[in-house]
Amino acid sequence: MAKVLVVTSGKGGVGKTTSTAALGAALASSGKNVVLIDFDVGLRNLDLVMGAERRVVYDLINVVQGDAKLAQALIRDKRLPTLSLLPASQTRDKDALTDEGVSKVIGELKEKFDWVICDSPAGIERGATLAMRHADVAIVVTNPEVSSVRDSDRIIGLLDSKTERAEKGERVEKHLLLTRFDAVRAGRGEMLNVADVLEILSIPLLGIIPESSEVLRASNLGSPITLNNPASAAARAYFEAARRLNGEALDVIVPSDRKSLFGKIFGRRAA
Amino acid sequence: MKLLNFFRRPNTTAPVARERLQLLLAHERAVSGKSDLIAILQEEIMAVIAKHFPVEQEGIKIKMERGEVVSTLEVEVEIPTPMCPSFPLPPKPMAAAIDPSEAEAFEDEQELAQTGS
Repeated sequence: MAKVLVVTSGKGGVGKTTSTAALGAALASSGKNVVLIDFDVGLRNLDLVMGAERRVVYDLINVVQGDAKLAQALIRDKRLPTLSLLPASQTRDKDALTDEGVSKVIGELKEKFDWVICDSPAGIERGATLAMRHADVAIVVTNPEVSSVRDSDRIIGLLDSKTERAEKGERVEKHLLLTRFDAVRAGRGEMLNVADVLEILSIPLLGIIPESSEVLRASNLGSPITLNNPASAAARAYFEAARRLNGEALDVIVPSDRKSLFGKIFGRRAA
Repeated sequence: MKLLNFFRRPNTTAPVARERLQLLLAHERAVSGKSDLIAILQEEIMAVIAKHFPVEQEGIKIKMERGEVVSTLEVEVEIPTPMCPSFPLPPKPMAAAIDPSEAEAFEDEQELAQTGS
């Protein structure tokens, strides 16, 4: 049964697109058929992070409006045959996205793929609400920083009220992905620690992605970090998050590139 | 003193961040939870009460508090008495909703109040 996953956050710049690419590639390399949809109409970037920017011909809006077939718009990844991308339009307006159109596209994708991953734009406007509309599972990407945590709380409220599942009285499965985490600074009390964020947002933890220069290196090269440097701490954290999404119960640790004083076990399980 | 500060832990700001967030979000959750429900409740409760008492739209306060186990709904309605300076309220639409016998009773009371003073 296909699952629709939305990667969302409210705040911009916290790592939604990076995480979509990294998790998508991690799931695809485990043998699942994965499609990534960029919902950031007008400000598309998932194509760039995936290194597919020169291969975009048709986009989500062309498909929604019937100007192109879904198969024409999907871009298959050159590194992983199980990974595809449906890019956003760079020129059009997000008002061109209709609820019925998006619903139809997602319905078709669910027949072909195991995971349909929607990369949400920042904000709480139309683009963001459409991206989460059909989700079964949501990943709330949060930085250990006050404005990001506040916006995540707002997004969690929307996931509980504005999604198709919420309207049917069902629940969207929500997970927290804590990104750009610095264990040393959190340990010194200079940064919100994992327990603080979890207590405030009270949704289960999917993973902790350490702040890492490898993330920027990967996006510079147009490759998800899980493909570009699978041995790096951040990539390992994404691989583990992907395994939890597939239902494995693994303890969440803070991976570190340094020898493991801070790679301590938090003893928490992802739900 | 400076020497003391030197030995103390460096300023830890994370606990401040955490407290500020907890306070703020408790407030924001209460407000966003309110949404339309409270407005709808206010309108409907007013309609019911206005059938029996001459009340003004601003005379009602509704507050919802969400607790972990139970939530409470607090409704406060101000019903003007004959002593109230604004007592005979904007008559026409409201009076129609009032039971005629009751309206008379109110008028009688008002006369009494006036003769008494």
